[in-house]
Amino acid sequence: MSERKIRLATCSLAGCFGCHMSFLDIDERLFDLVELVEFDRTPLTDIKHCGPCDVGIVEGGVCNAENVHVLKEFRKNCKVLVAIGACAINGGLPSLRNNIDLWDCFQEVYQYEGGLEGGVVPNDPELPLPFDKVHPIYEVVKVDFFLPGCPPSGDAIWRFLTDLLAGREPKLDYEQLHFD
Amino acid sequence: MSKTISIDGQSVPFEEGQTIMDAALAAGVYIPHLCHNPEFTPHGSCKLCTVKVNGRNVASCTMPAVEGQEVLNDTEELNADRLALTQMLFVEGNHLCPACEKSGNCQLQAVAYYLGMMSPHYNHFYPQREVDASHPDVILDRNRCIYCELCVRASRDADGKCVFGMSGRGIGSSLVVNSASGRLGDTNLAVTDKAVQVCPTGAILIKGKGFTVPIGRRIFDHYTIKQIQTGGGPHE
Repeated sequence: MSERKIRLATCSLAGCFGCHMSFLDIDERLFDLVELVEFDRTPLTDIKHCGPCDVGIVEGGVCNAENVHVLKEFRKNCKVLVAIGACAINGGLPSLRNNIDLWDCFQEVYQYEGGLEGGVVPNDPELPLPFDKVHPIYEVVKVDFFLPGCPPSGDAIWRFLTDLLAGREPKLDYEQLHFD
Repeated sequence: MSKTISIDGQSVPFEEGQTIMDAALAAGVYIPHLCHNPEFTPHGSCKLCTVKVNGRNVASCTMPAVEGQEVLNDTEELNADRLALTQMLFVEGNHLCPACEKSGNCQLQAVAYYLGMMSPHYNHFYPQREVDASHPDVILDRNRCIYCELCVRASRDADGKCVFGMSGRGIGSSLVVNSASGRLGDTNLAVTDKAVQVCPTGAILIKGKGFTVPIGRRIFDHYTIKQIQTGGGPHE
């Protein structure tokens, strides 16, 4: 009798995919992981929408309307939601723009900075609406667990996942807990 | 026979005039703290060092040690309070560790590590704060200031200069600079001043020293603040 595999989804919102890269740093332990889990929506499967899952791992903060839609989809479908990395936990580097007026930001990037054709701020209805501030995901939905780091090391991610998948409260060693 | 107090059941000797914090530090007992530095007059503002003495909460850095005190320090309840206070400090400022040169040597971060802070928990204020880079050797980033007033005390009491001060009250408080322009570059602050060395966070940094020691090889990357502040770790 084979036990049902744990269904896992991941995504990156206002992040740099660095946490996903660090996740790949668990290296050959990925083989152990796929014995235990089945991937739903994640950049690894390229599945576009999240179905019912046991665990959802979210990288990045919330900087636009699309981020909120994805985050709410994860919260709705995942029994356990995990915030991974500095951006998901306190806004991280994208939140450095929080003290700069949004329009000033746009002008700096699209109008004053050279190299961009046309020099106009994009205004396509397809583009997600940006927020004036970047927020951590727990300010939008309930988050069950946090894994800090920029990014957390592969070892920290592995420790966290093995604890979680074994039904233990995840606990990091002192040297695995980092905000940088 | 010397006088003693009890901290978590451990007998700790003290001399007349010492605070509970003084006695604890001398005995190698760690009480988490941020605004306290044994070199300066206690300030009692961060409240992280709150302990329970004979059933009442008091700041151990300002409370005189008195014969027979029963002090509770390392308890689940007090550490939960300390964690909440630390989380509030994080959300009240703009503490972005990955973008800060003090990361790994920062006492605010180290206390958070010690208390097992996994998230700031509260909603962020993202306050608008000024950065002052006008001084040739020192940068003042108010985003990271926790109002411990160690620079205020050090500049006044050790350097004899009164370069820093506090203005406003409550959430409207800010660290101000004593010059007509309000800029650090127009003061007589020197890079060798004690006020430049005592900042527990990355609010006051010396220019031109960025990443001399790489992230991952800094003090609190390997040692807890308890080990460092009770003499169990390496000395700078």
